[in-house]
Amino acid sequence: MSANHSPRTTSQRVAWITTVVASTLIFIFLMAPILAIMPLSFSSGAYLTYPLPGFSMRWYQDFLNSPRWMLSLKNSMIIGVASTILSMVLGTMASLGLAQWKSKFKPLVLAVVLSPVVVPGVITAVGLYFFFAPIGLTGSYAGLILAHTALATPFVVITVSATLQSFDMNLARAAASLGASPLVAFRRVILPLILPGLASGALFAFATSFDEVVVVLFMAGPEQRTLPREMFSGIRENISPTITAAAVILTTVSVILLATMEGLRRRNERLKGNLPG
Amino acid sequence: MTAAFVAGADAPTEVPLKRRLKRAERARQFKALALVLPLLLFLLFTFLGPIAGMLWHSVEDWEVPKTLPHTVAALSDWNGKDLPDEKAFAALAGDLQAARAAGTVAIASKRLNYTINGFRTILASTARNLKTAPEPGTAKDTLIAINPAWGDRATWAAIKSASGPLTSFYLLGAVDLTRNVDGAIVAAPAEQAIYRDVFARTFTISFGVTALCLILGFPVAYLLANLPAGRSNLLMIFVLLPFWTSLLVRTCAWIVLLQSEGVVNDSLRWLGVIDEPLRLIYNRFGVYVAMTHVLLPFMILPLYSTMKAISPAYMRAAASLGASPVTAFRRIYLPQTLPGVGAGSLLVFILAIGYYITPALVGGAADQMISYFIAFYTTETVNWGLASALGAVLLLATLLLAVVYGKLVHGQQVTGGMKN
Repeated sequence: MSANHSPRTTSQRVAWITTVVASTLIFIFLMAPILAIMPLSFSSGAYLTYPLPGFSMRWYQDFLNSPRWMLSLKNSMIIGVASTILSMVLGTMASLGLAQWKSKFKPLVLAVVLSPVVVPGVITAVGLYFFFAPIGLTGSYAGLILAHTALATPFVVITVSATLQSFDMNLARAAASLGASPLVAFRRVILPLILPGLASGALFAFATSFDEVVVVLFMAGPEQRTLPREMFSGIRENISPTITAAAVILTTVSVILLATMEGLRRRNERLKGNLPG
Repeated sequence: MTAAFVAGADAPTEVPLKRRLKRAERARQFKALALVLPLLLFLLFTFLGPIAGMLWHSVEDWEVPKTLPHTVAALSDWNGKDLPDEKAFAALAGDLQAARAAGTVAIASKRLNYTINGFRTILASTARNLKTAPEPGTAKDTLIAINPAWGDRATWAAIKSASGPLTSFYLLGAVDLTRNVDGAIVAAPAEQAIYRDVFARTFTISFGVTALCLILGFPVAYLLANLPAGRSNLLMIFVLLPFWTSLLVRTCAWIVLLQSEGVVNDSLRWLGVIDEPLRLIYNRFGVYVAMTHVLLPFMILPLYSTMKAISPAYMRAAASLGASPVTAFRRIYLPQTLPGVGAGSLLVFILAIGYYITPALVGGAADQMISYFIAFYTTETVNWGLASALGAVLLLATLLLAVVYGKLVHGQQVTGGMKN
């Protein structure tokens, strides 16, 4: 069955087969929701049941023709892209700084920088709601972009810091000794080498914002509703097949992000494999 | 750097070199700090500040001092044992008339109503019936004549306890405690004492979800760790794809699957297993299924990375020393997976106790966790003090668990359990 695992006795073989069977069932459990919802979005009927009465694209047309859904898609893109850019700038700078900074306060600073991941979404959302309402940042794109940037930056710091750890700082010193200014050294030496790490960080940041709904629930006005927010209302009211079309579109975006990320990781591993050390 | 080494070759300049190196290092550290600073300032504004603000809301008491300032001042030297003196009654009469003119009576009555249910009516009727300022010396009789509640020292104790600027009222309320007329901490009346149950429910659900994730995650992680790389990478997609799929999509999908006309019920009926549809959603069962589905990858990934690092040589050694496969697994393999079990379980538990969206969409009224109540008091009843106090308790629990988690994975990868 496998290279690492070579069952010798009957009991071991039984244990291994049990593991395989149990895992298969759990994989089905993990994939079931996604697999179940996809065909329904192509149904020609209005009910979310099997067997499908027929195939149609009507729910996708419905999605594309609905000003509400299209606005939410546009909002998700605007907020996602803007908070990705902002968190990349802040997160990359901080990662570069943290890689060189030596201080007894470093663990504390790191804990603060990573804390938005740990703190429950509702607490962040309520805090931001209290804080942003008096200064007019609720019900605005700016408020949501700032909030999503705070939530996404930890992932950028984690990803970029991991890349910097494997980056040989002597290369930057070599560039400096050859007369490159810090900025030139960053642009011509450091940046090209850490680019895959930066790209992963950006994907993480975008995915975080694109999937976030709790903060949006508290802070967005009707004009800033994002795709997950629109789905939230849809699920609350009544699940129409249009939601399944929206779900498939969201899942497609996730698959693209995951595939890109996996591609970057493989490329990075290949590059590492080619370099000595 | 090069210049420094050349200078270093000259013995007498060694001290300045040291100093120059030190200076260069200090400049480097300063630059490093300057790179981190923008993010710290940004988080101060968008994260730390808001959370500090929330914590402040849980202890601040501004409504009564703002609307009834003279009453608060007059009550500052009240002993709390007898009724307050005429001075306090006169101050209250004045404050109420001013508040009525400014339209701010509702602010104070909303706050005081939290302490004594029905205080809203007392204040409203008093403010309404107080046509003119009472004659000097008659304020006490006038107010008690309008509403006999003013002759009860509990009414005054409520005002005094809400006099700010700080209060323990909300934080005590969040753990089902309150202060009695004499200011002693006692159990809250039964109809208000619901939060210990809510916290207990939150922990029960989180614990159940963690246990389910561990039971389901262990065999999958074991399989992935023991398959050849090619096949395990392929199967990993089944873990990562749901992981990357939007929470809303997955929650929505579970509703479609589990509702009474849903895929699962239809299939079971078609198979003849059941006649009537089972109730699988909008109850505790639905919450367990959906939350376990969402959090399972957070268990599988740390377990997998721990198991991947366990050398098969240990098991072979155990077998060669005569251990049965069961003994070898139990005594040799299992203990080595414990760091992963601990990290995965803590991570799932930490994430679970803060869950809001999933229980809100697939749970019933009796399955709502603490986050639901925080959201409810923030946006529905606008009781920000209680919302913040409940938030403070949840935050404290989360941070304590996060510190334990940090200690546990110390030395392991920081990213071990995160999206990776």
